[in-house]
Amino acid sequence: MDTSHYPLPTRGTAAPLVEVSRLTRRFAVSKNLFRRPSSFIHAVDDVSFQLRRGESLGVVGESGCGKTTVGKLLVKLIEPDDGRILFRLSTGPRDGGGLATDEGVREVDPSLLRGAALKDFRRRAQMIFQDPYESMNPRRTIYDIVSEPLSVQGLGSVMDRVNRVREVLTSVGLAPASDFLFRHPHELSGGQRQRVAIGRALVIGPEFVVADEPTSMLDVSSRAGIMLLMQQLAQDLEISYLHITHDLAVARYMCDRIAVMYLGKIVELGETEELLHNPLHPYTKALLSAVPLPTPGHRRPPPDIHGDLALPIDPPPRCRFYDRCPIATEQCRDNPHPPSEEKAPGHQVACYEA
Amino acid sequence: MAALNNSEAVLEVNDLSMTYQIRQGEVKAVQDVSFRLGRGQSLGLVGESGCGKSSVANCLMGLLPDNARVSNGQVILGGQDLLAMPEETLRLFRWNRIAMVFQAAMNVLDPVYRVGHQILEAIEAHGIDSSEADSRARVAELFRKVGLDPRLMDRYPHEFSGGMRQRAVIAMALSCDPDVIIADEPTTALDVIMQDRILRELKTIQTDNDLAVIYISHDIAVIAEVTDSVAVMYAGRLVELGSTAEVLTSPMHHYTAALTSSFPSLLGDKRPLTVLGGEPPDLLVRQAHHEPVTGCPFAPRCPAATNICRKEPPPTVVRRTSTGSAHDEGRGHWATCWHPAGVDSG
Repeated sequence: MDTSHYPLPTRGTAAPLVEVSRLTRRFAVSKNLFRRPSSFIHAVDDVSFQLRRGESLGVVGESGCGKTTVGKLLVKLIEPDDGRILFRLSTGPRDGGGLATDEGVREVDPSLLRGAALKDFRRRAQMIFQDPYESMNPRRTIYDIVSEPLSVQGLGSVMDRVNRVREVLTSVGLAPASDFLFRHPHELSGGQRQRVAIGRALVIGPEFVVADEPTSMLDVSSRAGIMLLMQQLAQDLEISYLHITHDLAVARYMCDRIAVMYLGKIVELGETEELLHNPLHPYTKALLSAVPLPTPGHRRPPPDIHGDLALPIDPPPRCRFYDRCPIATEQCRDNPHPPSEEKAPGHQVACYEA
Repeated sequence: MAALNNSEAVLEVNDLSMTYQIRQGEVKAVQDVSFRLGRGQSLGLVGESGCGKSSVANCLMGLLPDNARVSNGQVILGGQDLLAMPEETLRLFRWNRIAMVFQAAMNVLDPVYRVGHQILEAIEAHGIDSSEADSRARVAELFRKVGLDPRLMDRYPHEFSGGMRQRAVIAMALSCDPDVIIADEPTTALDVIMQDRILRELKTIQTDNDLAVIYISHDIAVIAEVTDSVAVMYAGRLVELGSTAEVLTSPMHHYTAALTSSFPSLLGDKRPLTVLGGEPPDLLVRQAHHEPVTGCPFAPRCPAATNICRKEPPPTVVRRTSTGSAHDEGRGHWATCWHPAGVDSG
């Protein structure tokens, strides 16, 4: 693996688990079936961030802001057009419980991985999908679904797999496991299905999990259960999450830090409570003020934002938020998208006026 | 905020019960649901999925599938019982008196017809005779009312964004000037900023037209903001009803308390989330071994359940409040529970 043309970051466990620099991904928009695409959706555009070991980093934003694309890029479900992702994964195999058996760390760029190295990467980086109704084959049993990663990876004998699946089902709160092993997805409630989906992601002991809106399809009552389960598992199994969500209240409970995305750009990133109580970017402010509060009689002023959400198709070279921004100036119109600056300790904002 | 009891009811639902016949037996989807709604008031219907919220809405609209049967009750709208009406009379009532904003706006609009045409069709189908030009003027007015540019009338649904489609569906519901609107998860599919705008518009429309609105939602925060009163459903029954402020800030039923405390809050104290364990009961009655459910349906999941809860059906307990007095036909703040919170025993 040739990484010589990239600066080598410092080694050690204090270094972030994932380092993303200038990540970019565009999707072609075809106007004409037979012509080369001339327009592109800039789904993820020059995005940089770090994910610390053991941390849960939230990515929030409205639909179409690129948050799911970031998640898919990180676990190599799609390839970036530009930029670099660097994982610092543990070297040794993870044991049955999913814990690292050795303290060594090695640097991995998923875009360079092929064959056995890629297969090993897949063991360590997993994804939980949004819709527990769509993400499972209805004809397979819960055992088939949860054990599939084990058979793909060729891990253990059949007996080992049965035991591992039982263990995982118990740990995700589907106990006794024997009640669930040979049932089908349609026999389970939404919350139980999402537990199966989490079990499937965890069965091979990953150290990094992208959770794409894992609770948005669930009822209020089962949502809290899934949220607490994911926190518990993060602690017990030393899992780091990239938690994609549109729900800021969920992000508050699940994430140590939050990155706010708008049309392919991270516009603000900071510690959760700091970002929620002291938002600096006008988009974050608008987003926060649009969230209804479960307090009867509370009156919110309307969010300060113009116009409607558009897709970032060939965006002009200025701040992505310019058209909707309540505080935009000539400077914002005439200059490229603002660089991300640290305005308070650990609190980055990309805005000329903030 | 108008109290529930003093104004004349525009809609009255009495002891509504409804079942679905399926191969395995009978599903008791709605049982003994009663509530009333005054002009200009809004009621929130909350509960987990499968609790019967949408089934109640479908009963009110008279839009039930073939395997559904209303076994008991009345739905009184404008002095007439909708459930006793022949289908032809009901068709005139539906949309003219009671209309619905459906959940998934993209599935409501037919992709091959222009949006304006679909609203025009709704107006014509419900017996409003007018010339083409008048109808178009009416659609344009509806578009303006919901914040859409009337020039978009002749566009197709795919040219609309999610928020615009939801607005068009609201315009459709308003097309025949109903007294009551049922909004079934009207903003669930939308982003927060769009949700905020749509809810504000609905509120304005409600006030301007003195509409009664039933909001069906699982999002307690939305319900807290837009409704005057809240009805909590569990396993096909209403378990608590009262003003929004009282039900959400000092719930009587333990199910309501569990719902509100499992809801993450964005600002203020970061309360620890509590988890409501278990699953709602199966409402299917299998003919083979029919055993009537005795006791409170919530008892298996209830933290305060005692022996009596598992044996005897819970009584309706009314809490004396400032807005409604306890002797007012049980229409203050009530809950069906053996051990309600905040009520002096005896």
